[in-house]
Amino acid sequence: MKLITAIIKPQKLDDVKEALIAAGVTGMTVSETKGFGRQLGLTEVYRGAQYKVDLIPKIRLEVLVTAVTADKVIKVITEAARTGNIGDGKVWATPVDSVIRVRTGESGEAAV
Amino acid sequence: MTDVVLNSGDTAWVLASSALVLLMTPGLALFYGGMVRAKSVLNMMMMSLVTIGVVSVLWVIYGFKLAFGYEANSQWYGAISFSGLGSAVNELTNNGGVYPIPLLAFAAFQLMFAIITPALISGAIADRTKFTAWAVFVAVWSTVVYFPVAHWVFAFGNKVGDTVTGAGFLASRGVQDFAGGTAVHINAGAAGLALAFILGRRVGWRRDSMRPHSMPLMIIGAALLWFGWFGFNAGSSLGANGIAALALMNTQVATAAAALGWLLVEKIRDGHPTSLGAASGAISGLVAITPACAFVAPWAAVVIGLLSGVICALAVGLKYKFNFDDSLDVVGIHLIGGLWGSLSIGIFGSAAINSVGLNGIINGGGVELLGKQAFGAFFVLAYSFIATLIIGFIIDKTIGFRVKADAEVAGIDYDQHAETAYELTNSGRGGFSS
Repeated sequence: MKLITAIIKPQKLDDVKEALIAAGVTGMTVSETKGFGRQLGLTEVYRGAQYKVDLIPKIRLEVLVTAVTADKVIKVITEAARTGNIGDGKVWATPVDSVIRVRTGESGEAAV
Repeated sequence: MTDVVLNSGDTAWVLASSALVLLMTPGLALFYGGMVRAKSVLNMMMMSLVTIGVVSVLWVIYGFKLAFGYEANSQWYGAISFSGLGSAVNELTNNGGVYPIPLLAFAAFQLMFAIITPALISGAIADRTKFTAWAVFVAVWSTVVYFPVAHWVFAFGNKVGDTVTGAGFLASRGVQDFAGGTAVHINAGAAGLALAFILGRRVGWRRDSMRPHSMPLMIIGAALLWFGWFGFNAGSSLGANGIAALALMNTQVATAAAALGWLLVEKIRDGHPTSLGAASGAISGLVAITPACAFVAPWAAVVIGLLSGVICALAVGLKYKFNFDDSLDVVGIHLIGGLWGSLSIGIFGSAAINSVGLNGIINGGGVELLGKQAFGAFFVLAYSFIATLIIGFIIDKTIGFRVKADAEVAGIDYDQHAETAYELTNSGRGGFSS
């Protein structure tokens, strides 16, 4: 089992969500977050004074998948989230030891 | 005075203008409130609201008489009287001549000016001012600075026959200020500069982001200021007449041009025209046309406004050069805009436009009027700056003018008022207590 975590642009969330549903993914967790990468920050100007906004709004999207589907899900997210501009984000996968479905008590891949 | 009877049209206009000018102070609260951070918006607005309370009470007790009483026959102050305006009910207004409006209509109209002037100062000391110290400051500053300065500028004396008694120092010298370039804007701007020095810079100034928290709030405030300013300027004619119409038209076109001027500077210098720039430009135009609105032609008002937008857009950067935290640019907009507007009469003034006006440079009047205007402007600037430094220093050394640094960082709203402006989460906020 793997946990796929993606940091994406907020305006790409709908595209990524639809692509994942179309690819058969049955659940996901989305949170609003802030951060920076190579893009660094933005500059806003108020009455001529420049303010550097170095933590910019992003979406953190998490999907639990079985090991065999991980590569496909990563590919779907990467393609749907891409604009080609700086700041498109990152996707990574981490191994997961155990998963339990709270309602039924199922565990392992059956709970994914 | 038996030959002058009350005129209902003039009276109605001055009463309506009084209400318009009052609205400017809550408008200012919104304008300033939008420009500060979310953790200090309530304190920012409360400084304006408490000013309405303090000044209104003082005005009735002794303020109006100190500014516009003529019993002392002094050019420096009106009269020291605690009569509470009880005898004014049946009087007409006499201010360098009799106006067919009740004295109480004039007193109410002038009260609104006395309210907004100290309220303007609060923008220079945002996010860090102890609320009770501010309330005390408003009372003392109004008494020592605004009421006397209003007498110097706006009191044209009690005229009986050909005898005028008690005219103000600047008014009797022919310094022209129709609605308050000196008494209101230069006065408030110089005081703001003094208080910015007394209180010092905010914690984290030029390190932390102090970006405004609500542009829509700021725009609502600017819109209310613009709306109320028609009463401020056109109401200052004290009658429903041609001068009021001129002042209203000039106010509109100067403000519009100033918004464009500021946006032009931003587009060229920063790349983007901003909403804060449009609103700030409009306010700078309102400030500049205030003293000049009844003395110049509408085309000149466009020039005065456009230049005011450009000059003030550049002037708001001065605080970073000289390292003082005039938080919301009271100096850059009200002091600089007020100076430009007051001096502009010496350039564009036209006796053909207003029979009591004088010609400025471009209308063949030479530099005499410009000299008078400069004298009046810098006299008020110097007095307000020095008096405010002294008042501010004393308040700071006695009751303290500033909240503690940790309260400032955590947010002055909770520290001073036990309130916070925005409820943005439902969890972890506790419940009703006793």
